[in-house]
Amino acid sequence: MFVARSIAADHKDLIHDVSYDFHGRRMATCSSDQSVKVWDKSESGEWHCTASWKTHSGSVWRVTWAHPEFGQVLASCSFDRTAAVWEEIVGESNDKQRGQSHWIKRTTLVDSRTSVTDVKFAPKYMGLMLTTCSADGVVRIYEAPDVMNLSQWSLQHEISGKLSCSCISWNPSSSRAHPPMIAVGSDDSNVTYGGKVQIYEYNENTRKYAKAETLMTVTDAVHDIAFAPNLGRSFHVLAIATKDVRIFKLVPLRKESSSTGPTKLEVQILAQFDNHNSQVWRVSWNITSTLLASSGDDGCVRLWKANYMDNWKCTGILKGDGSPVNGSSGQPSAMNTVVGSAVQASQNALNGSAAGRYFFPALDPPRAGSRFGQLLPPSTLIEHCDAQSAQTAPPVHPAPPGPVITLPSVPAKTVHHL
Amino acid sequence: YFDSLRICLSTGGCPFVHEVRKDEDICSPILRKLFNESHHIFVGLQGIRDDLPSKNKKTQFVSISKNYRSVIRACMEELQQVAGKVEGKSDGRISPVFFLQVSILLAVELIWNLCEVLFIDAAPAGSLLLHLLDWVRLHKADVDEKARDVLQSESPTEHQAYWDVVGVNTLTLTEFDVKWRHWHEEVDRCLQDQSFASNPHLEVICKILVGDEDVLLEHKELLSTWYHFLVTRLLFSHPIVKPTELHYYAQSSMHMFLDTRSVPEPLDSILLAAFEFDIHQVIKDCSIALNNWWFVAHLTDLMDHCKLLQSHNLHFGSNLREFLLLEYASGLFTHHSLWQLAVDYFDHCPEFGRVYLELQIERVPLDTERKALKVLRICEQRQMTEQVRSICKIMAKGALRNNRLGSALSWSIRAKDAAFATLISERFLQDYCANGAFSDLDLIDNLGSAMLLSDRLTFLGKYREFHRLYGEKCFSDAAKLLLSLMTAKIAPRTFWMTLLTDALPLLEQKEVIFSADQTHELMFCLEDLTSGNCLPKPDRWFPFLFQDEDIDTTKIEILRLALARNLAKAIVKEGTVEV
Repeated sequence: MFVARSIAADHKDLIHDVSYDFHGRRMATCSSDQSVKVWDKSESGEWHCTASWKTHSGSVWRVTWAHPEFGQVLASCSFDRTAAVWEEIVGESNDKQRGQSHWIKRTTLVDSRTSVTDVKFAPKYMGLMLTTCSADGVVRIYEAPDVMNLSQWSLQHEISGKLSCSCISWNPSSSRAHPPMIAVGSDDSNVTYGGKVQIYEYNENTRKYAKAETLMTVTDAVHDIAFAPNLGRSFHVLAIATKDVRIFKLVPLRKESSSTGPTKLEVQILAQFDNHNSQVWRVSWNITSTLLASSGDDGCVRLWKANYMDNWKCTGILKGDGSPVNGSSGQPSAMNTVVGSAVQASQNALNGSAAGRYFFPALDPPRAGSRFGQLLPPSTLIEHCDAQSAQTAPPVHPAPPGPVITLPSVPAKTVHHL
Repeated sequence: YFDSLRICLSTGGCPFVHEVRKDEDICSPILRKLFNESHHIFVGLQGIRDDLPSKNKKTQFVSISKNYRSVIRACMEELQQVAGKVEGKSDGRISPVFFLQVSILLAVELIWNLCEVLFIDAAPAGSLLLHLLDWVRLHKADVDEKARDVLQSESPTEHQAYWDVVGVNTLTLTEFDVKWRHWHEEVDRCLQDQSFASNPHLEVICKILVGDEDVLLEHKELLSTWYHFLVTRLLFSHPIVKPTELHYYAQSSMHMFLDTRSVPEPLDSILLAAFEFDIHQVIKDCSIALNNWWFVAHLTDLMDHCKLLQSHNLHFGSNLREFLLLEYASGLFTHHSLWQLAVDYFDHCPEFGRVYLELQIERVPLDTERKALKVLRICEQRQMTEQVRSICKIMAKGALRNNRLGSALSWSIRAKDAAFATLISERFLQDYCANGAFSDLDLIDNLGSAMLLSDRLTFLGKYREFHRLYGEKCFSDAAKLLLSLMTAKIAPRTFWMTLLTDALPLLEQKEVIFSADQTHELMFCLEDLTSGNCLPKPDRWFPFLFQDEDIDTTKIEILRLALARNLAKAIVKEGTVEV
């Protein structure tokens, strides 16, 4: 059975991001209360807040961990037009006893003229590199040439796009066959420029990033984007959170020897799911790229899995108990579920079925104190061997009729709901 | 079965963060044994050589199948025992969790046993029925306590008498068939003749013996399941049923036995698929119905070894067996101690096992040095050099953060990370300059060839050796080493002043330690260091060395004086002829 543990985050305003560290033992949250909190998991499995501090002078949109090879390092980005890099320093012994640690700011990146909407570290094989994207459509790539000195960062690349950016994702593949690649999503409402996802690739010859592809079929606002871990494949897999969940396959086409431009990519859609029936806000892969988690405005987290015939299906749904938020407006709890880096999302035991009456009594009602009800039954994961081969996308589920969850109208600052 | 999925989410409206994870339930300690023991069997199975003659292999596979089943039974029994204890303590109800787990394992063993009979042992007509009888008998006893007493009185005698009548043990299949038909006709005739009319009970038994389905169905409550009905029916009407005929009888038995309104349970579908020899359907249905990958992964692996699965290419070219093993092992990996079992499973997945292992093993939290070393050993055994380097780097970085320089240094050496080793050596030297002493002497003294990893590390090692020699009063050796640190350019120039200062006590000894030549070299070093252009600029590591100009000048003067005096003494000593 699944159990949910509620952690009273104690932020004084909306939480915009949750991020696990590399090993899943630490967690960072950031909020419109302008602070970041760091949580550590004890041996008993309890989460304790070991640091909480004001990081920006505006809402903090995202927070992310660097690879532990670089130490205990966080980056945050904010509506206040800056991104910052933080390092944990080992404090005095009495702090340790109290279970507190200190984070100090190593640098502030002030190049952006607008709200910085996402911050991500590049894959570790590229060194210590940080990327930001802003509401004015600029993507910036910084590098710390000396990994021991986190106060020195130099702006290496600036990629200007026409659309306001909302999210970035690095391709984690460290294969020599793949030059560094970054995907940028846009939540711009502008319809002139069709595709809301741009893929940029580093060119060894020009030493610059050049656009390799625009996903023209993604025309609605993109809220989150995530490359899947690579597993030594020749192609790339990219998940997108937009009005629905989409999974794309990007196949690098063989380059002619004379070609100096970016790799041509063939774009195929592997899956498209509108089960959330509302805006999808976050997508997150597990370690082996076999499970994708998505969260949406329907207040659900859905888990997606490909079976051994490479057909993607929903393998689980996590629901909130739907109790309304005790807010003054009394509006429905528009749950902005944020799926943290689902590092631990592994495959096992997700295929329990309520249909198996023979084996299961009715699924237990939610345990007291848990905010999540049943894990709804998955569908077939193992196709019959005569089934069609993998590449055809499953049919899109028709949207059921019924009321769409209306969002409370919120002031511009907490614009993340839109 | 365990913490295999964790998702952290926060709701926009309220300041809570929710962590959802799979609950480790109370059955887990017992199930752990199942995982451990089946792992052992699995590894043994992988070692069976391909070149064995198929007859020998079949025996081995059947034996392995029985091993798996006995492990399942052992687990089931233990669960029942524990449930019994719990039952005694509480209000008499067996905890639903135990019940659930036991019923799952019951089903698993039932299915596995049937698969063993039909697929692995592949019993031919004749012995097929015997095996099925055993199968039903074995599981009948588990499932239906109520009917057991009745069964015990009826079935064994029935069967005993039956076989005795026909005398099966001494006949070939065709002979048996002839004899059996003959006997069957006789009993049938007796029934027609109303020979047993006086004794209704006996009449019923005879009707059963000829496989009268209606009579059998009248006694449904004794045959609590349709497959018991099936086997009984076969026993009395088609004892030498062929494997290929089974599905027909199975289907009809199921339809006759089950209420026409009731929908077959998942277990029924699985068993039916097995009777139809549709292995893929069995695996598929089991994957859906049972909440664990353990069963399908191990069973599929065994059947793959028996060459029963056709290979179907997955989109990376992998196959069903590997898919299931990867799923199972990935689930194991999130468990704090069972992850080590997962390694062997990945090792036997030729297509993706290695990359899955690489990705998962680097995420294992390195809580303790012991755990880190365990992880490292696994990586080193498999030449996962990048993971080794990464893990050592993470450990080194963590140690450095907590100011455990010795630990940081040894991890850097293990990572073969020259840059980091240099950094830590600098820290050691810094500490020395600040405190006048070294920490972690054991480590530095025993660097051995690791010293060569970085220049700075070499210097650290040699410098410490100098101090050791000095402490042991081997002054001339110490002196020689000290000089060589500068002349062989092992020491960074920024450190020369310190070295020359270290030379002072040796210069001021009553006994001459530095020879005239050596003294000349020292003087040369000093002049080299202090000549206008070459004065080393204060660097970030030793900024304090050049803070005060006066002290420097004074120190230099002291050094020059000491060197001069030593030179004089040395010349005199070397020039003196012992008479």
